[in-house]
Amino acid sequence: MGLVEIENVNRIYMPEGEPVKALDNVSLVIESGEFVSIMGPSGSGKSTFMHILGCLDTPTSGSYILDGTPVSSMGHDQLAEIRSYKMGFVFQGFNLIPRTSALENVELPMLYTGMGAAERKRKAMEALKAVGLEGREKHNPNELSGGQQQRVAIARAIVNDAPIIMADEPTGNLDTKTSKEIMELFVRLNVEKGKTIIVVTHEPDVAAYSRRIVRFLDGRITGDERKR
Amino acid sequence: MRSALTMLGMIIGVGSVITMMAVGTGAGQKISEQMASIGSNLLIAFPGAATAGGHSMGAGTQSTLTVEDSEAIRTECSGVKDAAPLVNKALQVVYGNQNWSTLVMGTTPNMLDIRDWGVSAGRPFGWEDVRSATKVCMLGQTVANNLFFGMNPVGQTVRIKNVPFAVIGVLKKKGQNPSGQDQDDTIYVPITTAQKRLFGSQLYNLVSIIFIKAKSFEDLEPAERDITSLLQQRHHIGPKQDNDFTVRNLTAIIQSAEMAVGILTTLLSTIASVSLLVGGIGIMNIMLVSVTERTREIGIRMSVGAKTSDIRFQFIVEALSLSLIGGAVGIAIGAGGSWLFTYFAGWPTIITAWSIFMAFGFSVLVGIFFGFYPAYKASRLNPIDALRYE
Ligand SMILES: Nc1ncnc2c1ncn2[C@@H]1O[C@H](COP(=O)(O)OP(=O)(O)O)[C@@H](O)[C@H]1O
Ligand SMILES: [Mg+2]
Repeated sequence: MGLVEIENVNRIYMPEGEPVKALDNVSLVIESGEFVSIMGPSGSGKSTFMHILGCLDTPTSGSYILDGTPVSSMGHDQLAEIRSYKMGFVFQGFNLIPRTSALENVELPMLYTGMGAAERKRKAMEALKAVGLEGREKHNPNELSGGQQQRVAIARAIVNDAPIIMADEPTGNLDTKTSKEIMELFVRLNVEKGKTIIVVTHEPDVAAYSRRIVRFLDGRITGDERKR
Repeated sequence: MRSALTMLGMIIGVGSVITMMAVGTGAGQKISEQMASIGSNLLIAFPGAATAGGHSMGAGTQSTLTVEDSEAIRTECSGVKDAAPLVNKALQVVYGNQNWSTLVMGTTPNMLDIRDWGVSAGRPFGWEDVRSATKVCMLGQTVANNLFFGMNPVGQTVRIKNVPFAVIGVLKKKGQNPSGQDQDDTIYVPITTAQKRLFGSQLYNLVSIIFIKAKSFEDLEPAERDITSLLQQRHHIGPKQDNDFTVRNLTAIIQSAEMAVGILTTLLSTIASVSLLVGGIGIMNIMLVSVTERTREIGIRMSVGAKTSDIRFQFIVEALSLSLIGGAVGIAIGAGGSWLFTYFAGWPTIITAWSIFMAFGFSVLVGIFFGFYPAYKASRLNPIDALRYE
């Protein structure tokens, strides 16, 4: 049994005008401890797929079983609980709260798990240290470089000890050198901590860090290859 | 920044409402006090005909009212509780080497009752003093202060026109009348003494003014009519002739002043409400403008596990503290503004609980509603929709 089991999932957007079928009968199984890249051209449905995987969005139809629990029928608060304990997210645009220190940004997920203030601070410092941001905890996002901001986001993603880390174009706004550092961080999380990592990207260089590549085109999976 | 602006809107709204209401209420209170200081249910009659403008023509020069007229009003007019004649003249009063120019009033003992007045020290003069024209007097507070500087004047002797008068009492403080005159700058003496010793015999028996107290507020108008016809009859004035006297309802005059103040208060309250509304709209705008940013923040919070209730709780607390602090500072500003107004304009201001309640309540409601409502809406979105909100 896989950690993530997705079967015949559809996601249809209903903006004004034509409905958009962003996911078309997608099925995929991801095992615990995998490092998966999701590749495909822009508009092929990669982000949509990741949002559904991450319980940030719900499928129009189809089934999603996470760790043996059906997720597709869950309500808002149950999904929040799952995001709280099972998922960590890293976005292309970092999505840190402005005018709020790195430390407080990293403490955010623990605010919603009822952890005490002292413990929160200790764990947040630990996570910042793990991503190499010691000494920057007092800085606000606008006082940090893109790479540093993305590290804060990664610290936030790992601070609750979630088993799954998802990243949507995490290096999209970063230069090559910084991208490399960030990807190495993911590799370490995968190898040392056993985290399941799912990275959405359209860059082959980035996908090269993973051990499995799933290809999307027009809302469908067109390829699924494992290395070695 | 956003919070500071929101609070500013709230502070201005609350502060201005409280100040304006305080000014209006203070004005009303001042008028009421002046009304009380004149005496209640009061009419006056004075010599001379009233012109269209309300001013008396040659009042006092060709005095026509007499002590007997006053007595007739007192005994014959229904609705009249009491009436007292008054003669007055501005004269120098001397005590030792101090002197003071004041208005000397000759009257009868019942004048104090009619004017709702009393003595704060010593005793008032009595009918006995009027009958025998004794040389006694009661000093108003201003005169007492300016001649005796805190010493007790009772038992001392002052001289008016070189006539020695024994001070037997000091009148209570009365304050200004509505036209701004100091009613305490006066000396009361028996009317007979004033006529014989001070004002010259040509004025004998003629009075400058008659104070009349009606039995009740409802009796004021009938009494006014009664007095007019009684005096016409006594002065042999035919239906086609002009009156040689004027009767005026003081209470009615003060009531119209009160009404004017009421209109002022309403006007101020209206302006205040408008400023409150403007403040409210300001709060609303700032709150709504920040929705984009806040919605994205809500998306971030939800993506890391915040539940709907967590979001709502956070924003209700935020809106509440913002509103309460803004409202509290607004109250302080309002109190300060009222104080400044009193200090610089010399106008009493009274801060009412109602104005605080209304201004504070309204702003807090607006603040909470617009602080919370967008967050409430956003908390119902999918996290990803909140994150992508533009
Ligand atoms: N919120 C949305 N409303 C309407 N259409 C959307 C929305 N999000 C994505 N789409 C459409 O769905 C398709 C897939 O988008 P997306 O998952 O973002 O692709 P990718 O991440 O691979 O670039 C695109 O055609 C896009 O225009
Ligand atoms: Mg995308």
